[in-house]
Parts: sequence; structure tokens; C-alpha cells
Amino acid sequence: MATLAAVHPATAISRNEPEFLGSVLGGIPIGALTEIAGPASSGRTTVLCALLAEATAGGGFCALIDTQGAFDPASAAAAGVRLSQVLWVRCGGNAEHALKAADMLAQAGGFGLVALDLADTPAKISRRIPLAAWFRLRRAVQNTKTALVSVGACFNASTSAALKIELARDRAVWRGRLLEGMEITARRTRHHQSRLETFVARR
Amino acid sequence: MFACLHTPGNLPLLVECAGYFSPFIEETADGTVVFDIRGLRLIYGTPEQIAAAIERRMGLKANLAIATNPDAAIHAARGIAGITVIAPGREAKALAPLPLYLLGGSSEFARTLDTWGIRTFGEFAALPPLGIAARLGDEGVAMQRLARGQGDRLLRVSKDPLEFFEEFEPESTLDLLEPVVLLLGRMLNDLCARLRAHALAVNEIRVRLKLERAPDHVATLCLPIPMLDAQVFLKLLQLELDARPPQAPVERIRLDLKPVEPRTTQHGLFLPASPEPEKLEITLARIRALVGAANLGTPELVDTHRPDSFRLTHLRILQTSLVRAGIPATSQEPVLQNPVAGDTNRAQRHELPVRVIACLASFQKLILRRFRPPQHAQVWRGTDGRPSRISFSKGDGRVIDCAGPWRTSGDWWTGEPWDHEEWDVEITSATAGGVLRVHRDCRRGEWFVEGSYD
Repeated sequence: MATLAAVHPATAISRNEPEFLGSVLGGIPIGALTEIAGPASSGRTTVLCALLAEATAGGGFCALIDTQGAFDPASAAAAGVRLSQVLWVRCGGNAEHALKAADMLAQAGGFGLVALDLADTPAKISRRIPLAAWFRLRRAVQNTKTALVSVGACFNASTSAALKIELARDRAVWRGRLLEGMEITARRTRHHQSRLETFVARR
Repeated sequence: MFACLHTPGNLPLLVECAGYFSPFIEETADGTVVFDIRGLRLIYGTPEQIAAAIERRMGLKANLAIATNPDAAIHAARGIAGITVIAPGREAKALAPLPLYLLGGSSEFARTLDTWGIRTFGEFAALPPLGIAARLGDEGVAMQRLARGQGDRLLRVSKDPLEFFEEFEPESTLDLLEPVVLLLGRMLNDLCARLRAHALAVNEIRVRLKLERAPDHVATLCLPIPMLDAQVFLKLLQLELDARPPQAPVERIRLDLKPVEPRTTQHGLFLPASPEPEKLEITLARIRALVGAANLGTPELVDTHRPDSFRLTHLRILQTSLVRAGIPATSQEPVLQNPVAGDTNRAQRHELPVRVIACLASFQKLILRRFRPPQHAQVWRGTDGRPSRISFSKGDGRVIDCAGPWRTSGDWWTGEPWDHEEWDVEITSATAGGVLRVHRDCRRGEWFVEGSYD
């Protein structure tokens, strides 16, 4: 598992490997597009907030483009996200505006993580996003220190994504009359190689 | 050396004339200005030649006096008509014939001297200082020094407040935004050059457009940090005017820049990169035009138990950078809670699958995705009072399991009280299966879906 903390920079360069942001599910590549997809209640936002928490804990600034305005600051703060380092853009359900905002923020530079949340956008709309738009987003962060993450119900970016993480809820864990959390299975696909991981999202 | 110009009722003209010779001008009274002429010897020559130059520049009849201290110059200008040049050390002799009322002072002081029969500067200056101190106190001593021409005070220089504004009135009204922006660009360049000369920056830009047969259009940009870049300002103004264009042709443009001290930052070598403030401002202005100002910012939690309470503030790059650099933060922020010790035991106790136990290090905090506003729902309850089926706009399904209720309420002392009965439910549905948080509004008896755990 290659993480920023574990891999010596010289080693990373010699293997021509990109740097990785965070350690959630093995981290996400910096300077590339990562797609996170899954149905509702599959842990997509949990993974996203874990990434935001790791990115902001290191002192970086993050941008969250929230298409539906579903982000819950209280949950995120409880998960360790430093809210003062997060720029939150609410797009009122307009996916086109969300894509434009993501493009502008990626072009602006300086953000450690730019996250595009299309999770509640209907698949028929998100699938309509042209591949050129994803390619443009990928190029905007290429050779920069910004990691770009897209969260959706399905994969849309095709080959523009350097890493794809597919999430599924195994089951909700109940303890007595309490919701303990959820068991999540993640399939991480990179360079046509898949790896299964499981984690627990605890309330 | 100091020069004093005195003529009743012409203060602006006197100030203008004095400003031609010196930047250090004291507006002593209406009709009297005194200014510093040290250093003019190299330009004009002797004090007499300087006086002649001032008289030529003045252009109207005024008393002019030059002396080694401001008070002697003022008294001479007020008491002696025409041009008076007092050589150093001869102040007392020059001022001696002047009437004593020119000295000023309190009415009691003037009455006392009148009783003594003292009428002129010279007579007052000739009195013994010890006697004056014994009879008239500190005021008497100070006045006697002035009567002898021995004042040594500094000028009380009047400084105009630094104002950076430009106005332009085109020959004909402007119907399009392009020429307005073009003119604003020219004005910004001039103002920024002036600000740069004063080593100042800007934190507020205000444009006032006088419109034809319509109220003035005012656009104000408050910058989060002091900046000084005419191109950035122009782009921000252009975006603002594009978003809120004036509703009538423009007759006159006024541009005001509020000057402040420029920011000074010490970047850390090992700090992560942060967005460049100037570039970020333009990006934010563009996004603001796209999604609206209310939908952009940094979330900040509000100190209340009311669900979904937060406010959006401006992203403060500079302040956050300082915090990152080690300066203590002003606000308490939650810290990432790592998995508590003993998770493995707990997982084993609750018989989680083996693969989960193997990856216990990857415990994450479960996050709620909110529906804004909460979705109205119809909930059927079972015989035990627990939800058994839920139907709402995003689908409906049978409840597999649930937890609750948790009663929360608050703000009953305000006009917007809330009283909820919360449940966590897992529903199975072909369209919207998932784990939801629902609540019943106890005041209205209605059910709402707050969001889904994701």
C-alpha cells in the first residue's frame, strides 16, 4: 500500500509512482482524478469526509463542490474535518454549475483536494456529462499538487480517472436499539488491478 | 525658519500658496497659516528673496512675516503690515511695539496686565521673569517667552486624510458595460499607482455610477485581505457589474478605494501550498456569479443543538495560514477521533465478519447526507410503535431495522421552537434503500426524512 507517509520520496520517484493523499483505502493519487461510486448509504460520503479530514489535518485547503447541497458540516467536523480550511460550494442541484465550479477551482490551484459531489445527481444526468469535461478536469490537476475526487452513484469519467473506488454496503450494524455503523466493502481499481477492502463506518 | 501669511478670510488661498513652498503647513486660525521654509535657501536665496517669491506667488495683499520660530512669525504677521523679515536674535526688538492683545491668553491674564499698565510686547518682555512667575504662574512665564520671540514649539501640521478616488464624466452617456469597464481600468491604474507611492493597499472598492433618470448604482467589493493589483480589481469589478448591471445609461463614474496597510506574510518552507489570495478572489467571484453569494463559503458551526445549524463565512486564507504556522487558533475545532482502543475486542464480541476484524484500522466516522429541506414522509408504525414502513419523495420501503426514539427539543423560549422524535431506520427498497435518519415533528405530528447515512 503506497501512502505518502510510508513511501520514501526517492523510492516513489524511482518507481514513477504518483504521490498519494491520505491513507483511506490506500490513499488517492495527487495530480489525478479519482472516482468514488456506489448506491445510497454505501459509505461514499464517509470516504470523502475521511479524505477531507486527512487533507485538512495536514494544513491543506480543500474545496467541496456539493451539487445537491447535502454536506453536513456537523458530521464532517465530528469526523475530523477542519471546516475553516474547506471551501463549500452549493450548486442547488445544477450539475453543469458544479462541473464549471470544479473546473475553476482546479484551475485556481493551491487546493490539496478538490471534491465534486454528484452523489445525489440522477444517473441519467451524470451520464450525460461529456467525456471531454472529465478529460478537462483531469488535465486541470495534472502535474499539480491537487487531488481531484468525484463522488457519484456510478462511474462516469471512464479512462480520465486514475483510480476508481466502488463502494457497497454489506449491512448496517445494529447493537441493541442503537445503530452502530455500517460494514462497507470497497473495490479499488487502478491500472486494471482490483483490490477488495472492507471497513466499518461507525456512527 | 518659518513664514506666516495673514489676511482675514482667505484661508484656502493662503493654504494653496503655502503648499507651493512647503508640505508642512499649520492652519493656525482663519486667515493665518504658518509654514516651514527651511531648505528654501538653496532655491530662492536669502530670507528676503524667499519673502519676495512668496509675495509674488500670493498674488493678493497679505501680511507676510519670516522668523526663526512659528510664534514670532505669527505675531509679526498679525501685527506688522507688509513683509517683515526678522533676523535670528532680533525677535524681541522686532515684536516690541506690537499691542499686547495679539499675545492672546486668558481674560484674567489680560485684565491683570492692563491693570499694571502694560500695553505692548516690549513692556511685558522687560518685566522680571521671577516676578512674573510669582504673580502670573506658568501661563505668565510662557506668555513672556512668546513676547520676547522665544517660542520653540513645533508646527501642528494639518494633514489631509488620504483619499483615493477618481471621478469621470463622459461627454455622452454610456449604454454598454465595455466602455464603463475600460474607464474603470484607467482609473484603477492611476489610483493603484498613487497607492503604491504611499506604500498602501486596498481592502474595499466602491463604484458609484450616476445613472440617467435613475437612482445611483453602487457596487462595493470588500476584499478579505489587502491587495494592490489593478488587473485583479478590474476583473472583480467586471464580474460584479456583469452579475448586477446598471439599469440605465451611465452619466458619471466615481471610483473610491479604501487604503489600508499592506499585508505582510512570512511563508513557511514546510507549509502546504494554499491558494493564491488574488487568484482565489477572482475564482470565487466567478463562482459566486454562477451559484449565488449565499451558496459559497466556509461552513462554521453555530453554538446550538438545533439540527443542521451552520453559517457560511468567507474563506480566510491568511488567518488560517497563521494558525497553521503555529499561532494558536481562536476557535475550538473538533479533532479527529481515532478508533478507541479495544475495537478488536468489541468487534469480536459482536461477531463482526472476519474480514472486518482484519481491517479494523480503517474504521471511519459515519457521515450523514442531509436532504435540504427535510423530505416530508409518511410513516406507518407497527404494533410496538416502531416505524414499519416509510414513504417519501425519493421512494418508499419496508423498515428492516430501526433504532430510537431520541427526543430532542429546544428554542422553546423563541418564536421558532423545535421538538423532534428521531429514529435511525434501515429500509429496503428497489429505488431508495439505505439507512435513513427520520424524525417526527412532535409539534405538528408530521414525519420528515432528514437525510441518509452514507
